[in-house]
Amino acid sequence: METVRIKINGREYDVPKDATILEACRSVGINIPTLCYMKEINAIGSCRICVVEVKGAKSFVTACVYPVNEGMEVVTNSPAIQKARKMTLELILSNHKRECLTCVRSGNCELQKLAVDLGVDKVRFDSSTGDRYPIEDSTGIIIRDNNKCILCRRCVAVCRSHQDVAVIGPNERGFDTHIACAFEKDLADVPCVSCGQCIVACPTGALHEKDETDLVWEALNDPTKHVVVGVAPSIRVHMGEFFGLPIGTNVEKKLPAALRRLGFDGVFDVDTAADLTIMEEGTELLERLKNGGKLPLITSCSPGWIKFAEYYYPELIPNISSCKSPQAMFGSVMKTYYAEKYGYDPADIFVVGIMPCTAKKFEVRRDDQKVNGLPAVDVSLTSREFARLIERAGLCFNDLPDEEFDPAFGVASGAGHIFGATGGVMEAALRTVAEIVTGKPCEPVEFHEVRGREGIKEATYDLGGTQVNVAVASGLANARKLLDQVKSGEKQYHFIEIMACPGGCVGGGGQPIQPASVTNFTDVRAIRAAGLYKEDSEMQLRKSHENPVIKELYDQYFEKPGSHRAHDILHTTYQAREKYR
Amino acid sequence: MSSKTAVIPFSGTAEQKEKLYAVMREWKGKGGALMPVLQEAQEIYGYLPIEVQQMISDEMDVPMSEIYGVVTFYAQFNLQPKGKYKIGVCMGTACYVKNAGGVFDKLKEVLGVENGECTPDGLFSLDATRCLGCCGLAPVLMVNDDVYGRLTPDDVKGIIEKYRAAEAG
Repeated sequence: METVRIKINGREYDVPKDATILEACRSVGINIPTLCYMKEINAIGSCRICVVEVKGAKSFVTACVYPVNEGMEVVTNSPAIQKARKMTLELILSNHKRECLTCVRSGNCELQKLAVDLGVDKVRFDSSTGDRYPIEDSTGIIIRDNNKCILCRRCVAVCRSHQDVAVIGPNERGFDTHIACAFEKDLADVPCVSCGQCIVACPTGALHEKDETDLVWEALNDPTKHVVVGVAPSIRVHMGEFFGLPIGTNVEKKLPAALRRLGFDGVFDVDTAADLTIMEEGTELLERLKNGGKLPLITSCSPGWIKFAEYYYPELIPNISSCKSPQAMFGSVMKTYYAEKYGYDPADIFVVGIMPCTAKKFEVRRDDQKVNGLPAVDVSLTSREFARLIERAGLCFNDLPDEEFDPAFGVASGAGHIFGATGGVMEAALRTVAEIVTGKPCEPVEFHEVRGREGIKEATYDLGGTQVNVAVASGLANARKLLDQVKSGEKQYHFIEIMACPGGCVGGGGQPIQPASVTNFTDVRAIRAAGLYKEDSEMQLRKSHENPVIKELYDQYFEKPGSHRAHDILHTTYQAREKYR
Repeated sequence: MSSKTAVIPFSGTAEQKEKLYAVMREWKGKGGALMPVLQEAQEIYGYLPIEVQQMISDEMDVPMSEIYGVVTFYAQFNLQPKGKYKIGVCMGTACYVKNAGGVFDKLKEVLGVENGECTPDGLFSLDATRCLGCCGLAPVLMVNDDVYGRLTPDDVKGIIEKYRAAEAG
């Protein structure tokens, strides 16, 4: 790595040649506070919190966009700098809706932390004249309170750059500037896919998911309801972050303990449903390959991706697997097979999903996800809502004993676990499909080409003499790039995995929110994904079709993958959607 | 926030559309194309309703959110059509201290529109303007080229009625 020698706060350091001042300082252990900066997608130098002194410069410069050069002398924390940052923050706070005590982000707000760090102990300027903006809650999923917005534009940047959805932007100018949709339309009337990346990007409480924890409390306290819960693959490497554990810590065994103490009657693993998905989707792929069906087959696990396709690629709907997502398969099994086997009226079963996802909240409301007229899943909570349930119940999460999920639907293969990372569904499917096609044990069981943080991954595998081209995309901007190549005929694939969120579910819109001071310098998604791959690598059971619960499910109920009954219960349909209503 | 789509139905012609597409073809693929395209589009249509912005978005591959952001950033762009009678109320200093605000509020009330909007019959559009240059007559408003000065809010109704009567013939 080429370096340059610069002076920071009077000391000499060798720093990477192409670094910004912000990156250079961080590389030697000096943090410069930021608000608007997001690595790669929002380097706009607009919030002015990261100002530093550079010898010879006419004024303070913004460290997030200012490149280093040989011999540069930087001061990051002089009294003048501290005063400037403090003043900037005081001005931002002057019209901020300061209801910190009752704010959803209290304790996890970048603005609040900065106020503490910079010693802002009183509000010097108060220009707030009550709430200027109504709360935007048209979707009932993503809630925007522009009275708490600091116009950092991080949400706008992720929506545009990572997701290529671009339904929000700054409207008007000056004091009237606010983030909203074109023509001030409701978010529900524009092609927002509910991925929730905006929420995770927001430094304040201006964006959050609709909290549905009360619905779950209600059900848990309703003696007529049999309340079951399923936990998504990535949740096990997310939840520890809420309770002070290092990023990527696998807390799988704490989850059943917490859920039982919350009062759930059935405590299950959606990874089991992920294995079920592989059986159905794998069969679908094999059938399409054999019978000249529509190819490439595209995965359907990610509801953000599904909605994106319905808006932007309706012509590819026939390519999308008809499989319901693992969450919906879980709920569908609960309200059919499980209800029958254990003697519950499906109408009395209340199914809760715990997901790294806000789009799952949209999914549960879709009519096409229903099973025998009932919603497959009644409430889908994000990991953040789950953490709130745990806190509210007074559970000391880290002190909980290790427990297992209920065996009825709680055994999963390593293939099910890796669903939570980009490439995981593809790898899980390949493990099973390869074995079915060749009739021999799939060895090695790992498909490294489809792993990793790249937005688009490609590979060609020989499955019993057939060359199968596969591709994996995560982040909808990458999905668009890939699909445009497919549409133009530039690329030919047989099987494509798409996850709406960058990095897959480990980067989901319902994950724990890490501040930019962490995400700008740490690949949080890769660390979480590593937690899932590690668990898989340590398991004996690594293939979906070897899962005893799945075998029993087909023996006793579904007969075989792709059966008539399986289609009735585990598969779904999609619909083209109008972009601007 | 209520939607800002125009009250008056869009009535763009095939000819206008052709003109707009010709402009877009000229600018497509060039950097910084959005501003000139928007300017030309406003020349062609007189304003930039959602239908026009949608055409630009699709053809120029620029998100609607970005186009709308630009359109509402610059005062020169209109989201609403102008009426047959364009009413401009001077909000310059002299007029303002002589209660131009009261006159303006009365117009909003009589016409049932907000600043920048046009009545559903397409007759009157209302804009708050900068100094019209006849401070001696403050407060002043203009209806197209007609100037009305030394106004009180009570005068508003009569002025509007005069134009309505002319329309009724």
